[in-house]
Amino acid sequence: VSDRPVGYGEGPPLRERTRRAVADRTLRGNLASSAASWAAGRRRMRDEQDFDAMRDRARAIRTENIRRLPELLEQLSERVIANGGYVMRAPTRDAAATYIVNLARAEGATVVAKSKSMASEEIKLNEALEAAGVRVVETDMGEWILQLAEERPSHIVAPAVHKNRAEIAELFRRESGEDIPDDREALIAHARRRLREDFAAAEIGVSGVNIGVAETGTLCVMENEGNARLVTALPRIHVAIMGAERVVADWDEAAHILQILPMAAIGDDASTYVNLISGPRREGETDGPQELHLIILDGGRMSLRGTRFEEALHCIRCGACLYSCPMWRTVGGQAYDSPYSGPIGAVITPLLEGTSSPRATELPFLSSLCGACHDACPVGIPLHDLLVRLRGEVRTRPHRRRDRVMRLWSTAWRRPAVYRAGVRLTRLGLRILGRRRSWVTRLPGPAGRWTSQRDLPTRWPPR
Amino acid sequence: MRVMLMRTCLADHVAPSVVDATRRLLEGLGVEVEVPRAQTCCGQPGWTAGHPDRAREVARQCLRAFAGPDPVVVPSGSCAAMVVHGYPQLFDGCPEAASAADMAGRTFELTAFLRDHGLVPTAPSDAPPSVTHHDSCHMLRMLHEHEAPRAVLAAAGVEVRELPDADVCCGFGGAFSLAFPEVSGALGAQKAQNAAATGADTLVGCDLSCLMHIAGCAHREGIALRVRHVAEVLEP
Repeated sequence: VSDRPVGYGEGPPLRERTRRAVADRTLRGNLASSAASWAAGRRRMRDEQDFDAMRDRARAIRTENIRRLPELLEQLSERVIANGGYVMRAPTRDAAATYIVNLARAEGATVVAKSKSMASEEIKLNEALEAAGVRVVETDMGEWILQLAEERPSHIVAPAVHKNRAEIAELFRRESGEDIPDDREALIAHARRRLREDFAAAEIGVSGVNIGVAETGTLCVMENEGNARLVTALPRIHVAIMGAERVVADWDEAAHILQILPMAAIGDDASTYVNLISGPRREGETDGPQELHLIILDGGRMSLRGTRFEEALHCIRCGACLYSCPMWRTVGGQAYDSPYSGPIGAVITPLLEGTSSPRATELPFLSSLCGACHDACPVGIPLHDLLVRLRGEVRTRPHRRRDRVMRLWSTAWRRPAVYRAGVRLTRLGLRILGRRRSWVTRLPGPAGRWTSQRDLPTRWPPR
Repeated sequence: MRVMLMRTCLADHVAPSVVDATRRLLEGLGVEVEVPRAQTCCGQPGWTAGHPDRAREVARQCLRAFAGPDPVVVPSGSCAAMVVHGYPQLFDGCPEAASAADMAGRTFELTAFLRDHGLVPTAPSDAPPSVTHHDSCHMLRMLHEHEAPRAVLAAAGVEVRELPDADVCCGFGGAFSLAFPEVSGALGAQKAQNAAATGADTLVGCDLSCLMHIAGCAHREGIALRVRHVAEVLEP
């Protein structure tokens, strides 16, 4: 099935993007402080809660959810329809975006207000709506900052986490021409004032869905700012976009996921708001949208069931693996050039986009396989194992070329005599180098990538 | 007790002193050490780089070389993790699955082996008075081994000072260090700084690969840091 890519397709190859990010000292400072505050929250939470036991239960819930996925989606759809909503099963990102654009056209909508939704980023909804002449307003503080800055999200939960307060204040001043001081309250007040106007004007509100509860057809939308409540209640039409894997069977399961998600994400056992949406406005009710459209996005998800990558569907998009990842902390999410960054982004971007996509398949290699992501994951996804497996599935020309080189390696190293000859040669080479110096600071060819960053001792233990 | 020693390809090529120290350490504690001649590499370089077929070809040789009932002792957490954690995946559905599982069940990282068997080395007279220990990620998170090197060093009378952010990767990551050298180097330099800041005499670890990377970063950055494999510190 041809579909729009998951990644943005912007900027140079991954290596160059990471090189630039490493050189950006402000960025690295911002990432380090955000990761440090996340880690502090997690330590606090681990002291208070039995996280390991909670994770085991969450993992069991998600395993069963994905095993029963077709059935649960069927049930969820039936209930949403029974509650008065519409359900669209979108096989592709393209189909999902087209549905919403058509809806906006039919409605004659001029403004669409959005709360945070990674699925909407995945389907490139803003671009599609803007191309159709509809103004899109992001109402999540982080997303709004990025919209003003014309940037991509760097984190699943905290999209503007790569920016510090001074940078945000400067952005607001430049955009508004107003004199806005560099403090949190003033920045929030400014955003609130500006966004209220747009809430009132929007004909359509678009939200994501954290989890759908099959037994009652309820859509759960977690947030900390109250904007999602307005987006899902004020406009005449509410469109909710849900990744097809984000369904649980019942409220017992939902309660557990709604608790462990913020624990993993921010170290608290509740988010500020949890919106539970069970249908559009009913007769006699005074608020709520007149129409509710649930879009269930496949986009490559369903075909992962029953494969060695099925566990990627367990993800509840908490963003903990990003904060935990030394690579994400060093380069930030924008270097991934995908709505989904960090370890989970490096796994699902190529899985959803295809293992022959040259850009998406660079991502699984941006990991030292340290496994910190697995430790951080509230549903126990073995991300480091998935990364290795995924590397083995890459079907691109450069990877096939590397495979030919590795064939030489395996041909030699499965033969002890050839291997030992190589060992003797290497030791001889190091001895010759070591006659003149204890450290090599520059090597030719591919080995130069080692000495571009670090010296090589010609003898061990080094002197 | 008899064990088979895995030399590891990296130590074999660039640091045979680590193999020698490991061997003397074990023998000094009364362990009979066999070093199979037919061994080459565990296959990890091919596996993690995304070439499982190539990795299997090399790993098969490893299975052959270490056939038999004796425990396999490895002076590397990462190579041990490849056998313990990686082989069951690498050989999943292959004819060698059973022998891979068998080897995985009797393969041990050096300090974990010493700890498990109550083998307590005596610190040599020239041992560093204090060390800081680098936890290599595969040992920490795939073998779940945090205590063994600390326990063995402490039992030998060496003071271990905790490394700040000990659970954060040093940035080596095998081919990662060459694929994304800038990211790798930034993490390595940070690790070297943290190690130097402990004021410990020596940075020790159970994985030569991480140690070569950290030592190289320290030298490049002008950070004075003495780096040794744990066996080199414990071996009188």
